[in-house]
Amino acid sequence: MSQSLDAYLILAGILFAIGSFGFLARRNAISMLMSIELMLNAVNLAIVAFGAFKPELNVDASVIALMVMAVAAAEATVGLAIVMAIYRNRRTPLVDEYDAMRQ
Amino acid sequence: MAIPETVPILGMSWNDVLFLLLAGMMLGSALLVVTLRDIIRCAIALVAAFAALAGIYVLLGAPLVAGAQVLVYIGAIAVLILFAVMLTQAKNAPTRLVFQTQALPAAVAAIVLAVIVALSVTATDWGEVGTRIATATDSLARLLFNEYILPFEVISVLLLAAVIGGVFLAKREDRDA
Repeated sequence: MSQSLDAYLILAGILFAIGSFGFLARRNAISMLMSIELMLNAVNLAIVAFGAFKPELNVDASVIALMVMAVAAAEATVGLAIVMAIYRNRRTPLVDEYDAMRQ
Repeated sequence: MAIPETVPILGMSWNDVLFLLLAGMMLGSALLVVTLRDIIRCAIALVAAFAALAGIYVLLGAPLVAGAQVLVYIGAIAVLILFAVMLTQAKNAPTRLVFQTQALPAAVAAIVLAVIVALSVTATDWGEVGTRIATATDSLARLLFNEYILPFEVISVLLLAAVIGGVFLAKREDRDA
């Protein structure tokens, strides 16, 4: 089982689906950011799995995974800063109470 | 005493058992992340999911990615999220509604997505799939600093921009001044 590419790719798909559910269903902005991190991790797992089983992609996959991690770190920094900035104005972390642009 | 080739009672190889354990731990804590009421517990479960994923990277023969996973995700992103949680959550937050009103359609959509991905993965012929190979760290470094040197530099500029942007956004404005 641990020797088949399919097992790792299905695992990555399930993790991505869990992350997408969290992103769609949670009300808290920080929970949504956590779900985005889960989805990024799922994609990274798929990349590394391809690298482990395809000899011609072996080293490139690790390099790409490291770059995805760096971009994810940048995204988390800016995303959390935006959440904090909105929280200071609206006094709530719940995204369905951010309705200033609807009125 | 030598370690036997397969796990004594189950009859599976050690790698399979490790894979099942880590995958179960990762999916279980990922489910906890999206379902728990208390957001601090969500963040702790997120750390557990990251740690299990680092174990899977080791199993896949990518030790440097596993190390970076521990350093970047557990060491930096999870701590950042915990700080943000502490700064933004009101005392009564966990007692309030956790999910949007459309949580049920979201769950259906996520399950459909997982099924479609699983079906397409199993239906696709991935061509010649070799046995698992470990990544040599020195060849990784050579590739990163020769062929991928431009993306590497661009990412360092991106990180600098993100740091400046984060500080600018999170800075408290002086309204009185």
